[in-house]
Amino acid sequence: MAIEVRIPTILRQYTDGQKAVEGSGDTLANLFADLETRHTGIRARLVDADNGDQLRRFVNVYLNDEDVRFLDGVETKLSDGDSITILPAVAGGAA
Amino acid sequence: MLTITQALYDQIVAHAREDHPDEACGVVAGPVGEGRPERFIPMLNAARSPTFYEFDSQDLLKLYREMDDRDEEPAVVYHSHTATEAYPSRTDITYANEPGAHYVLVSTADADGAGDFQFRSYRIVEGEVTEEEVKVVEAY
Repeated sequence: MAIEVRIPTILRQYTDGQKAVEGSGDTLANLFADLETRHTGIRARLVDADNGDQLRRFVNVYLNDEDVRFLDGVETKLSDGDSITILPAVAGGAA
Repeated sequence: MLTITQALYDQIVAHAREDHPDEACGVVAGPVGEGRPERFIPMLNAARSPTFYEFDSQDLLKLYREMDDRDEEPAVVYHSHTATEAYPSRTDITYANEPGAHYVLVSTADADGAGDFQFRSYRIVEGEVTEEEVKVVEAY
C-alpha cells in the first residue's frame, strides 16, 4: 500500500534530503512505524513517547487536506493512494 | 545579514502595530536557496494572544503548498513581542523549525508612545540564536 509522505525541510535529515518519500500502513501510527524502518529517528520527531505516542503538539499532519487532529489523530485510517503532509507548526511568542 | 527592502520592512512594522496588543505573525517568501525576502504574507495569529502566536493549521498548509508551487521558501518568519524586547524567547527557540529563515522580531512594547520600533533579525538553528545585522535597502 503506497502512501506519499511529504517531508518538511527540518526533517529531511532523515530522508537523505528527499522532499517526499513513500510508506505504507493502514493507520497513521503504522505508517510512522514503517517510515522509521527506513528513516531511523523520524518517528520520535512526530510522536511523543511520553504521551502515549500521540502526535507532538507542534507537529501538524494532514491526510490529503485535512488536519488529522480533526480526524482520529495517529489512529486515522489510511488508504492506498492517500497523501500525507507533515508540517511543523509555526509558533512562538513572548510567553 | 538580513537585507530587506524598505517597503517590506514597513509592511512588517505596520502589521505588528495593527495587531498590537496581540502578537502579529507572518512570512516573507523568497526564491528557494537565495534567502532574499520578496513576497509579504501576513498570517492570522490563531492564538490571538499578547504572548503567543501560532499560524492556523489550514492556513499553514495552504501557505506551504503555495510556496512549493512557486519554488519559494520562507526567507523571513516574523512576529511581534508586544510587551518585551525583540529578542527570541525560550518558546521562540523551541519552535523555530526553519533553519534557513531569518527570524525577525519586532517589539511594539512602546507602541502607545509610537516611539522607535525595535526590528531585529536572528538565525535560530538547533536551539542556537545568532543575531544578524539588518540592512534596509530601497530595492534589491
